[in-house]
Order: sequence, then C-alpha cells, then structure tokens
Amino acid sequence: MLDGRSVTARPGEVLIAAAERAGVFIPRFCYHPRMKPVGMCRMCLVEVASPRGPALQPSCFIPVTEGMEVVTTSERVKKAQDGVHEFLLINHPLDCPVCDKGGECPLQDQTLAYGPGESRFVEEKRHFEKPIALSNLVLLDRERCIQCGRCTRFAEEIAGEAQIDFAGRGERLEVAKFPTTSFSSYFSGNTVQICPVGALTATPYRFTARPWDLDQVESTCTTCALGCRVAVQSSANRLTRLLGIDVDPVNQSWLCDKGRYVFESVNGDEALVPGAAFAGEARPAGRGATVRLTQPLVRTHGELVPASWGEALGAAADGLRRVRAVGGPEAVAVLGGARLTNEGAYAWAKLAKGVIGTDSVDAQLGDGLPAELVLSLPRATIDEACRAKVLVTLTGDVREELPVLFLRVRQAVLSGATRLVELTYQTTSLTPYAAASLLMRSGDAPGLARLLVGGSAIASGAPFHPDGPPWSPAQLATARDLLAETPEGAGVVVLVGRPSLAEDASLVAEAVEVLANAWPAARFLPTLRRGNVHGALDMGFAPGLLPGRVSLEEGRAWFRRFWPTVPERTGRSGAAVLASLAGDLEDPDGASDQREAPKGPPIGALVLLGADPVGDFPDRQLAERALAAAEFVVVVGGHPSASLHHADVVLPAAVAHERPGTTTNVEGRVSRLGQKLVAPGLAWPDWMIAAELAASLGADLGFTSASAVLEEIGRVAPSYRGIDAAIEEGTHRDGVIVPLVGRGVERFEPIDPIATPGVESVERQGAPPRVGSARIGAWVVPVSVEGSGEGVPRLLSWPSYVAKRTSTRPTHVSPPDAYTLRLVSGRRLYDRGSAVLGSPSLVPLVPKAPARINPHDLDRFGIDDGDAVRVRSSRGSLVMRAEADPNVARGTVVIDFNLTVAVPDHRDAPGREALRRETTAEKDRRGTERPEDAQRELGASVLIDAMAPVTDIRLESL
Amino acid sequence: MSYFTPDRRAQAEELLSLYPKARSALVPLCHLAQEQDGWLRPEAMEEIAGLVGVTPAEVRGTATFYDMLHTEPVGTYLIAICTNIACLLDGAQELLEHAEELLGVRAGGTTEDGRFSLEEAECLADCDHAPCVQVNHRFVRAQTPEAFDQLVDDLVAGRVQETIPPHGTLCRVRRDGGLRVDRQQIAAERAAARAAKASRAAAADEAKPSSGGSS
Repeated sequence: MLDGRSVTARPGEVLIAAAERAGVFIPRFCYHPRMKPVGMCRMCLVEVASPRGPALQPSCFIPVTEGMEVVTTSERVKKAQDGVHEFLLINHPLDCPVCDKGGECPLQDQTLAYGPGESRFVEEKRHFEKPIALSNLVLLDRERCIQCGRCTRFAEEIAGEAQIDFAGRGERLEVAKFPTTSFSSYFSGNTVQICPVGALTATPYRFTARPWDLDQVESTCTTCALGCRVAVQSSANRLTRLLGIDVDPVNQSWLCDKGRYVFESVNGDEALVPGAAFAGEARPAGRGATVRLTQPLVRTHGELVPASWGEALGAAADGLRRVRAVGGPEAVAVLGGARLTNEGAYAWAKLAKGVIGTDSVDAQLGDGLPAELVLSLPRATIDEACRAKVLVTLTGDVREELPVLFLRVRQAVLSGATRLVELTYQTTSLTPYAAASLLMRSGDAPGLARLLVGGSAIASGAPFHPDGPPWSPAQLATARDLLAETPEGAGVVVLVGRPSLAEDASLVAEAVEVLANAWPAARFLPTLRRGNVHGALDMGFAPGLLPGRVSLEEGRAWFRRFWPTVPERTGRSGAAVLASLAGDLEDPDGASDQREAPKGPPIGALVLLGADPVGDFPDRQLAERALAAAEFVVVVGGHPSASLHHADVVLPAAVAHERPGTTTNVEGRVSRLGQKLVAPGLAWPDWMIAAELAASLGADLGFTSASAVLEEIGRVAPSYRGIDAAIEEGTHRDGVIVPLVGRGVERFEPIDPIATPGVESVERQGAPPRVGSARIGAWVVPVSVEGSGEGVPRLLSWPSYVAKRTSTRPTHVSPPDAYTLRLVSGRRLYDRGSAVLGSPSLVPLVPKAPARINPHDLDRFGIDDGDAVRVRSSRGSLVMRAEADPNVARGTVVIDFNLTVAVPDHRDAPGREALRRETTAEKDRRGTERPEDAQRELGASVLIDAMAPVTDIRLESL
Repeated sequence: MSYFTPDRRAQAEELLSLYPKARSALVPLCHLAQEQDGWLRPEAMEEIAGLVGVTPAEVRGTATFYDMLHTEPVGTYLIAICTNIACLLDGAQELLEHAEELLGVRAGGTTEDGRFSLEEAECLADCDHAPCVQVNHRFVRAQTPEAFDQLVDDLVAGRVQETIPPHGTLCRVRRDGGLRVDRQQIAAERAAARAAKASRAAAADEAKPSSGGSS
C-alpha cells in the first residue's frame, strides 16, 4: 500500500524505485538507479508501518515487502524532509547565481519543491579554496558538496578504480584524490554528470552556458562502435556538452571521457585556409587546436586552392572518369567510411559499386577483420555477452577500445552473471576479473584456440619458442574446465577484435574459425571499434559484399534491379589497395598468397572518406608510398589530416552532430543520430556529396534527403528490410537490432531527473522535476517489402561462410629466434587521432608510448628499465625509451599504436646522440623539410610491416 | 623497492597473514608505517594500498577518518589536552592557552623544530586527573601550568625517553610475549570452520529436493 493505494513491486526492488514506477516521486540525492543504495542523504525518508507504529525509513534503502504500508506525504514526512533540507543547506553556500548547476540542480529544485520556505541560518558560511582540480577534466568546489557519495561510489563500484574517496569525517568530510596522483579515470566525466549539486564540474563546460540557454537532441555517440546514447546540448551553434542517457541494453547512462569530450573537435574555430595553414600535420597554435575543412579545394599548379562545389565536383568527376577510362572501374578504390552515417555509407556504396562499378571499397584500414567473417558469425548482443555462461575475449584491451563495454562486462563478472576467459598478449584491464587469463605471443592465437577447444598441443601448430608457451598450464586447465560445461559452445559468447595491429588479421580470423567450428552454438560479438564501422560493413563497405549483409555473388541479381551496375569481380581490401599502389604485392616471404590473389589493373584513383591512411594505417611507410604513387586522390572529410598532402580534390563533409541519420553498433543495433549543429562553411553531409558526385558522373542516385536514403536501405538492403519504418515508428532510445525479426518491443523508460540532472531540465527548460510516464509499446515489421520476398538474397551465415571458404591452410608464422622479439601494438583510448587532437581538454591526456618489455627479456639483452634503445624492424627503426613491464609476455615488445613514442631522456647522452643521427637520417631519406624533431611525431606504424603475418623486431642498446 | 624497512616489511607481511581478507590489515599497517616515520607519508599509503589491494585514495580516506592516524607531519611529541566538560571545569582552557604560549603554536600546529605538536582532544577517559594531558597517547598528568613546564623541560632534555617513545610507536613490548600467534593452529581452525560450513551447505542441499517433493 502506497499512500493508500495498492502497488506491485518487482522482487527485491527498493521502495523509492517502486514508488517512482507507480508515479510517486520521493525526493532524493544519494540514490542512483544504477548504483547500490547507501542511505546517506536521508532525503527520501517515508513513513513505513511497523508493529510499533509508523516509522521514518529511508525509502532508497529498504526493499519492498509483501503487505508493506507506506505513507510519503504525511506531516511527519514533510517535517523530516524540511529538517534534512535545513541541515543540507547549512553548509551549502547558496551561490546558485554563479554555479554551473543553477537551473538544473536537484538541490535547488527539491528545495523549491520540498524544502522549508525560509532559512533560519544567520551564521557565517564555510569558505574553502576553490576549485580543487581533481584532474584535468574534473574540478571540485568543496563547499557545495552535500556528501551524497555518488561520485566516490561510482569510482569504486562502477569504474572499479577508487581514485577518489571521502577523506575526513563529520563536518570535515570531503571528496579527495590522493595527493600524488590525479583522478585519471577514463570515466571521470560520469561523476560530474551524476553530481546532484554543483560540487563537481567539468573544465570544458564550466562557466560556458546556463541550462536555460541550451538546446538538445538525442543522439548516439560514434566515437567508438558501442553506440552509447547521448543528449547532445548546444548553445549558439556550438556544442557545449554531452550527457549519457540511460539505455538499458547499451550504456546504462554511462559514457567514457573520450566520447563525452571529443565534441570539442567539432566546434571548429578556424576554417582551413589554403597555403600556410596545413603544412604537414602541424596545426595552428593558439586558440583551440581544432581546424575544420569548410571549403572545397582543388589542386591547381601543385597547390590546393579554394573552389566552388561545382568546380570541385567537376574536377573529382573528371579525375575519376579519366582513371576509369584507362584502367576500367576496378582502377578506382574507396577507402574509409567508418565515420559516415548508415545513409552516407549506403550512398557512397551505391556510388562506388553501383555507379562507378568498383568493388575495391573498404571501411577498415588494416585494423579490422575480414568483413565476410564478421558478418557471417552468429552475432551476440551486449546483454547476451554479459550473461554468457563463459565469455571468451580475443581482442584488445576493452577499456581502451570500447570503454563502456568494459563497465558492462566488469559488472557482469562481479555479479556472477558470467565468467571470463581471456586470450591476450598482455595483462589488460579485464585480467583482474578473469577466471582464466591466457597470455600468448603474437602468432599464437590459432594454436591456443585449438588447445582451448580440446585439441592437443602438437596439433595446435603453436610455434615453437625457446621459452615454451607463455600461458600458464593451470590457467589453461581452468579455462578448459569452464568450457567443458558448455557443450557445443552453448551459452558461450566470444568478443572478437584485433589485439594487435602489428600482425595480420588472418591470425585472429583463423582462431575465430577454429572456435566457431568447434562451438556451433556459440555467439560472437565483434569489437571492431571505429565509429560506425559496423554500419559501413552492413552497407557493403568491404570487398565482396553488398548492402544488407549479402555477398557480391548472392546479391548481384537482386541489386541489378535497383542499381545501374554491380561490380563484376571481388575487389581488393584496404591493405591490398595500398599495397597495390605501392607496388608491394609480390611479397618475398610468401605471406600474400593467403590473401585474395590480386587481380585486375593497378589502382589509379583513391577516394578517402574521412580516412587518413598516413596517420592511421598500421604500416605508415606503405601508406605514404601508396598515396604518393596514386594518380588521383579525392579526400572527403571534416578534418585535415596528413593524407591531405596527396589530395587532388578535397570535399568538406559534415561530421558527427552535424547531420541526421542512423548508426549501427557492435551488436547490429541501429539507432538514430540527431543533428544539433549546422555544418560549418560549405560542408555537406556525405550522402549529398555522393549524390552530387554521381550526378557529375552522369548518374542519378535517386535521393533527395537522408530519410529517402534510409527508405531505400529499408527496401533494398536485405538485413535492413523494414528499418525505415522501425526507426520512424518504433524507437526512441534503445534502437532496434537488425535483421528485424517479427515484433519488437519498445521500452520507453523515463529519464530519472535526479539520476542525470541536466537532461530532463534542458528538455523541460527548468521546470521542477517530475516523473515521465513509462510507455511500453510494440511495433510490427512491415511484411510488404518490394518484391515480397522473391529474389531477396540470403544473408551471410556461418554455414555459407564455411562452404565458401576453400583455403584452410593456416597462416604460417615462423618461430622467432632468441634475438628477436615480437611486436604487439594495441590501441589506447586517447590517441593521436584528429578527434582527440582537436579536443583541447583531451590533448594533455594523450600518453607517450614506451617500448614495454618483460623484465626477463630486458635482463637478457642487458638493458635497464628506462634506457634508450633502438627498436628495429624490417620496415624502419625508432629510438625510444624501454620500460620493464612484467605484464607483457616474454618474447614480446608492446608499443601502443597511434601514439608518438617516448623519446629518451635528454640527459641521456647516448640516447640523444642516437636520436639526432636517426632524425637526420630520416630527414635525408625523405628529402623533405620535416621538423627537426621528426621522430617525436612518429609511432609504432613506422615499424609495422603490413605485408608480413607478424612483425619481428630487434633491440639494440645504445 | 619497498618503502618499509626490511624488518617492518616482514612485520607487515605477518600482519597480513593474520586476516582472512587482506583489507582488514589496513589500519594495523597504517600504525606500522606511522611507527616508522611518526606520520603517514604518501609513499607509505601507496605501499599499504598495494599490500591490501585498495587504492591509495582509499587508504587516505580511512587514515583521515581516524584521529590517531596522521597524514600530515607530526612532531616527535604529540601533546593532547582534553577540553571536554570535566577538564574544562578544572582549567583545561587555561592550560591549553598556556601550552600554546609556551610552545609558540596554536592547537593543531607543530613547532618549527618538529619536536612538538599540540592538539585539543575530546575526552581521554582520565577525568579524575583533569585536566587530562597525554603525550604520544600516554598519560602524563601534567595538570597545572607549572607541571606542564616541567613536562616540556623533561621532554626536551630527553629524561622521559624510557616511558614516552617518539610519536607513532604504539607499544615497545614484543607482542609475541603476550599474544602468542600459532599460525598452524589458526590455519587448522580456519580449515575446520570451512569444512563444517561446507558440510552444512551440503546437508542443506540434500534436504532441499526432499522438502520440495513433500510439499
């Protein structure tokens, strides 16, 4: 009984949550629906009937029981709320006019709604030094804190790293970091989001706007491929902040700091002007670091000069036509596409495959997995992964690549919902939670996979190594015991990604094939991390595929109905395109024969869709040679990159938050992207650029708006059939998983106004908090798709993949000798990509990469921790700092990808001398004016040989 | 490189082995570190964090909660004067003011030479000798300004080193004299308790299906 009416609660539900679902809002501060209750603020006191009469109880802390009688509106409850408010306000400065939270502050709102009318407090308020920087991103104003513990609980309970905790006690209780470290969590922004007062503020938002000036749309974050739902808020055509929205199957209200703050790179301050501004990757110093492409550019007499859209499209069309006339359609290649919306990707796929007729289209730049494999594997959802009997990971560090997935998996393991078996090259953030963590060396994955599914060590083909296998036999036994409980892989989910960019994707692919064949009932969650790479692959942005998860052969007849043409032959992958351009296809060590044999004429024209092979492709040397050799290069993108040096035509594109559309996440969940800004200058959305370029080539793509593209996707792309209607009618927050099967149920849960202050208040423009009404609806997928099912091609599936796969020859990895180490290069969250470098708040957080080596190996080579070493591969060499790291497997060197290397200490004379020589040599070799400290800009991509299955390196001490 | 001296490191490991959960050793380890330095240095808290498996911020959170753990430098002699009601009535305020004047620091401060810290304390449970004074948590019964002057004199001259060790040392008696630790016995008792629990759980499991069937 709640206030005299009968209410039903879920098992174990706390009173405050049950009441909220019944439409009774109980004021609260410390309670957060995604964290364990603590009963700290006492704001939620209600009267609960007891044998000794009604008693005041904190409703966030007591579970509902059968027959409970609760009163939330009595005089006594009101008096208790008044009292709690009065105490909270005694030490609160009431500086609302200068506080960022003013206007969206639960303390302000609830004082108005539930607090005492006036203050009796006449004494002096407390004063503290303010603000205290907990980190680069989070500031603390202690006097505003009401000690609810949301931030400290988040850090400990959700993020799993209590870098902040309460210090002191009583009236001196305050949130504090440790003096010698900072609150350097990847998830620190969430503490600001859930702070119910203005105590925690974020540096990018502090003093920039008031809630009532803001306007917001709901959208999906495309910084990584997880698809966290966000509220995007802006003021005067500038983004001001992003807040996480609670979507149960995906992000559960959390965001990572990268996703939260990279919006700064969208707010371009300076339009790119020709000439001086883009000499190299150097960005103009001064205000912000953000430069946007805002104007079409055409290379004239060796210089990129501004042009009109008409001129630029004409030049692009002429160039493409010229190349096609000489080499046929297959001489054109389109790389990139993972930053596009689904609509943009479909439009470009239609232009490339359906108009130009080339199949050499790839959204993955050497950092992905074979698209056909990814799309053929039985797909798991995030929820399924989090309740798998056994969750196997064969991917990079999840916290670095898909940070919020780390939070989900961590929670799942801690709650006992799943058990984790990890296959990894180094200790990761998930290792402490793993039931078994199997350390391996680059090249071991297929062999270890065979061992895991019950094969013998000899048959595993694991390469011989002088130190023996790096995994511990006990851990392997544990893993096999766990997996023995899941016959045929029933209940097993495998996270599949790329643990290292310094090895060929075929190694992970082979391991995955072993697992998928041994466990027919297992499901797979691909952890490819680029923004909308899953949407791009679904739109056919890979060789041998067509939109809607069908193969080129299977879908050819179907797509001939809708497209002017369909490619004749399977094209080249991104790596093969670059290798072909660079003339590297004849590979001396015979590794290339496992790849699709190169066919057709050489590539002449390259279209880069938001892709930067020079900065992003694992093998920088190959990419540079390829771009230099390309006859004609069109760059489409929002930010300048190193690849602009080689551009003949530059077409400025709208980026995230500047165009509407849809995106697809790792699990195949399609959700809507909101448009919040008008794109700067003359930038267009990608679908429009594709349509206009097609028109310049004399073809009509047939769309006039993004929704028209979505309508065509829903009609034409087999796995997306009905998506337009489902998106239109069905989904608000959660999105829908493709392919749509039968009926879907929409869960429209209200946003708890106190859980995420700032979303609801901006929506309601400062009205007092109230509870939205829950709506459970249902939508039905329309069956009447054009052609009524006839001739619709079959989707890729595991049986079809296995049937088609002819070559089962395992990748040959030659065993290393005692003097070589194998390079592992994984990703870090804050890298030197254009999004992070364009976000001034994040730039200071980008680390330098040392060469991390097992202390045993360092000893063996006679190198000390911190020494300067020369790291040499067949591709190049770097002078850098060596770091002893017991978390790295023996025989392995880890140099994180897409970071600049940690240069040796300047006081270290031999290191400095070697660096000087190296830099001079580099300069001579290039024959261009590189900056004096050229090496400072270099990273692991100098070493990686994309044409070899693994990259072996040698260390030289200096 | 361990922050603790080798013998304290050994003591630390012994302390850790006493508890089923390493985290339980947090406060004893803080005392151990304080014995080494007189206060808890950040490096000490970092090492303790590593030993018990929490973050340094959590160690600091716990340490700042307790009055006897200091995260700021403290003098060799920490003089505490109680100002609760019984002591107040017997002149505690005057004694505290005298002490502030004599030492040249306010309550809560430390003299420049790092020898004395003065603190105003809550009830120290020696009300029959009010106003109650402690040096390094040992009762000294310096109830008058004159007695206090004598106390400071004695401390400066090193005449009471026998009874009052430098701040941080809780006790100088070897623990194994009184509280003898038989590791094997502890281990055996724990194993027996675990076995008993397991057998109870097994019995409960067996009982379950039959009761389900009967109902």
